[in-house]
Amino acid sequence: MRIALFITCFNDTMFPRTGRAVTELLERLGHTVEFPQGQTCCGQMHFNTGYRPETLPMVRRFAEVFAGYDAVVAPSGSCAGMVRDHHRVVAAQYGDAALAEAVQQVVPTVYELSELLVDVLGVTDVGAHFPHRVTYHPTCHSLRMLRVGDRPLRLLRAVKGIDLVELPDAESCCGFGGTFALKNADVSNAMLADKMRHVQDTGAEILSAGDNSCLTHIGGGLSRLRTGVGTMHLAEILASTEGDVR
Amino acid sequence: MSGADNVVWLGTPAFPEAARAALADTRLRANLRRATGTIRDRRLAVAAELEDWEELRETAATIKRRTLRHLDHHLLRLEKAVTAAGGVVHWASDAVDANRIVTALVKATGGGDIENHEVVKVKSMATQEIGLNEALADAGIRAYETDLAELIVQLGGDRPSHILVPAIHRGRSEIREIFRREMGEWGRPAPEDLTDDPRDLAEAARLHLREKFLRAKVAVSGANFAAADTGTVAVVESEGNGRMCLTLPETLITVMGIEKVLPSFADLDVFLQLLPRSSTGERMNPYTSLWTGVTEGDGPRNFHLVLLDNGRTATLADEVGRQALACIRCSACLNVCPVYERTGGHAYGSVYPGPIGAVLTPQLVGVENAASLPFASTLCGACYDACPVKINIPEVLVHLRAEAVEAKRRDRLLPTSEGLAMKAAGAVLGSPRRLAAVQRLAAVGARLVARDGRIGALPGPFARWSGTRDTPVPTRESLRAWWRRTRPPRSEDSSTTAQGEERR
Amino acid sequence: MNGREIVLSAIRGALSGVPGSERPDDPPHSHGRRADHAGPDVVGLFAERAAEYRATVVRVPAADAAAAVGRALARTGARSLVVPPGLPADLVPEGPWSLLTDVPPLTVGQLDAADAVVTTVATAIAVTGTVALDHGPGQGRRVLTLLPDQHICVVRADQIAPDVPEALRLLDPYRPLTLISGPSATSDIELDRVEGVHGPRTLDIVVVGEA
Repeated sequence: MRIALFITCFNDTMFPRTGRAVTELLERLGHTVEFPQGQTCCGQMHFNTGYRPETLPMVRRFAEVFAGYDAVVAPSGSCAGMVRDHHRVVAAQYGDAALAEAVQQVVPTVYELSELLVDVLGVTDVGAHFPHRVTYHPTCHSLRMLRVGDRPLRLLRAVKGIDLVELPDAESCCGFGGTFALKNADVSNAMLADKMRHVQDTGAEILSAGDNSCLTHIGGGLSRLRTGVGTMHLAEILASTEGDVR
Repeated sequence: MSGADNVVWLGTPAFPEAARAALADTRLRANLRRATGTIRDRRLAVAAELEDWEELRETAATIKRRTLRHLDHHLLRLEKAVTAAGGVVHWASDAVDANRIVTALVKATGGGDIENHEVVKVKSMATQEIGLNEALADAGIRAYETDLAELIVQLGGDRPSHILVPAIHRGRSEIREIFRREMGEWGRPAPEDLTDDPRDLAEAARLHLREKFLRAKVAVSGANFAAADTGTVAVVESEGNGRMCLTLPETLITVMGIEKVLPSFADLDVFLQLLPRSSTGERMNPYTSLWTGVTEGDGPRNFHLVLLDNGRTATLADEVGRQALACIRCSACLNVCPVYERTGGHAYGSVYPGPIGAVLTPQLVGVENAASLPFASTLCGACYDACPVKINIPEVLVHLRAEAVEAKRRDRLLPTSEGLAMKAAGAVLGSPRRLAAVQRLAAVGARLVARDGRIGALPGPFARWSGTRDTPVPTRESLRAWWRRTRPPRSEDSSTTAQGEERR
Repeated sequence: MNGREIVLSAIRGALSGVPGSERPDDPPHSHGRRADHAGPDVVGLFAERAAEYRATVVRVPAADAAAAVGRALARTGARSLVVPPGLPADLVPEGPWSLLTDVPPLTVGQLDAADAVVTTVATAIAVTGTVALDHGPGQGRRVLTLLPDQHICVVRADQIAPDVPEALRLLDPYRPLTLISGPSATSDIELDRVEGVHGPRTLDIVVVGEA
């Protein structure tokens, strides 16, 4: 099937390796991946911070750029959630009938990576090999906006050589929350501290998640404290065949 | 609007500053962690017992939303039914109005005997919200809180910090000190040998309040529900102080937010299953009292129901925000909220703390009077999953954030620095070419400040981020650049043009 | 405009977007039970759940009801028992306690000094271990079951409804109603549950007969 990669602005700039991993993984599974160069951002930061009119051009661009694919995959629960839950809202509030229709067309084709793999492509064993101790943090938007459930864990469990350890209090928010981390830095830090403690309690080498934004927040804290725990996006583990920690 | 003074505690700093102080309070943190953790587990266990839990939530949400869409109709039915059953219905458009009505009713029952100008109170958010105790005190009437936690708060000259357990921020030893110090000022003193065992403390409260119950002429309560078809009012409680107040005095005055009405008595079946399980994590709370007007020879001879607006109709006017009025004050959202768990209730600076407070308070008082509250959330969504009436709190939060931003835009000639930053970011993120240019700049700039591939300190507002976190360096080659280098566009596929024109 | 008109007009203004064709009770929704919460042994479940919430529960044949009430009184050492009007005479136990009738009505002082009260119930709820009183004959005014320290409830097995919806269907909304689940309790201090606050400290439930 024709799959378009929506890399998200954050991954594009900071974590292109995640995008390369998604591409390698899907191609390994025999699919064609395209990267529409017109893509930019889903508008989540603006929308969630209250700058709704500013979101309109991004919603419009998304609907145009990603029209007509069998599936659009995003390696981000929160960006996929933004498209799925809020693009209609922006289109209805500020757009016109044509935009509303375009959004209506594109939204059902948008999947977060684990949804695409498990529900659309019907695979849980993607042929990955990753002989390391890993713990997985289910990000809030993947859990409670998209309802991905245990799909990411099913994918990880099928990875050859992996030692997957359960993260205590896993479903608690890590405290990132986008601009929350700046506006409410102290509360964000308090939440981060607890999440890091739980990660360290597992003895994992690698913390994985489906959102690099949350991983940047948790990983940034783990790095500052020199814990020696690394972070990797789910896609990077699933793309791994050599067993390398990147 | 009037009433705002009482919903929002004037002088409370914006949430981030108030939270900072709370976060540093180690005792508060320990109390909250233990309390919310305990109650979370209990709630999950009893909710799981009902296989139709999700269906009950859905039904409750439907009933509440539909009732709100025809609120005038149901309130008129309620008024008629309560009046037919011997009660008197009053309407109060704001706090001042409600306080005036209640004060006049209390004075009318006192029979000129100044000694009897006191009332006993059942725990009630609505009377907190209108500042009734203060208004009564101004009129020379003493109001005694009779719920154990409200008593702790009242004796301690404190403010509630939780909807269900208002003294959740207090530990047992603090409570013992408050009782020993203050009880004698209000009535029967605490026993000399009072320990900090909760059993002992509860017993002290029982002895202290029993004399007040037995002599009370007037009680003031809130209401959990009121059925429009029969005029039946319900109060859900645990300690029996509610039953005392609803049964012993000659006069009962109930102050009820207009959103508490249900179309029918039959609707209670859903809510009496959802509320206790969501609230205290019990299958059923110890006591639920239901009464319809007055009953000959049993309980109060006079019943007054005060229907309170106080910002609710303003909330009702917002088609997205109005769902907050479905709240049944169970406090499940507080107990699952990772922000509340760390800051406690006082940081919200409102009678209504936690996630529900963050969406209700700004609507009751106007978003410009509580502008930091809609931002006091990571939008993690735990509250929405826990809410027994399915209020989509994250949806309302982002809706109110937009209102807060718009309100700021209207009030200022110059945009805020955040507004400017968002505008600039919007310009970059709206164009693939500009985004690519910024990515190149960022990769170069970041290398100037990075050490070992990590950035330790960031400028300006980002310093709050980098104070506790290392930041990875933006890569030299963005994904879009990598894609162009490794996968040159096929001529027939124009989708990979940098301009991002529409594909045909 | 008075308060009533102000509030009603504000509501109507706020609801201007609701189409006039929409009826308040559209679409009608059904009430009642959506699932069987109780299973086949309703009486057993009631006894188990009531005990979980710290009530003392015994099951006895009808002939032994008064004796069971007596044993509950003996256990707490009660010396006075309030007997509501209309309580079946065969529920009043013989023993070393004085009996207080509520005719003429007892004062709050007398009730405060009384040790125990025995009542029947209007219905009960198995799933939640709740007894429901409508304060009719045998159940007494509300205050009778509030001030004495011990409340002994006699529940006939055939009065026990499986769950909350079924019990509500059986209750008369025009009577004062009290749903009681265990003795009074509070979790206000560090969420540590304490039984016995303002209401009765002890709740005894005597389940009589077979369903």
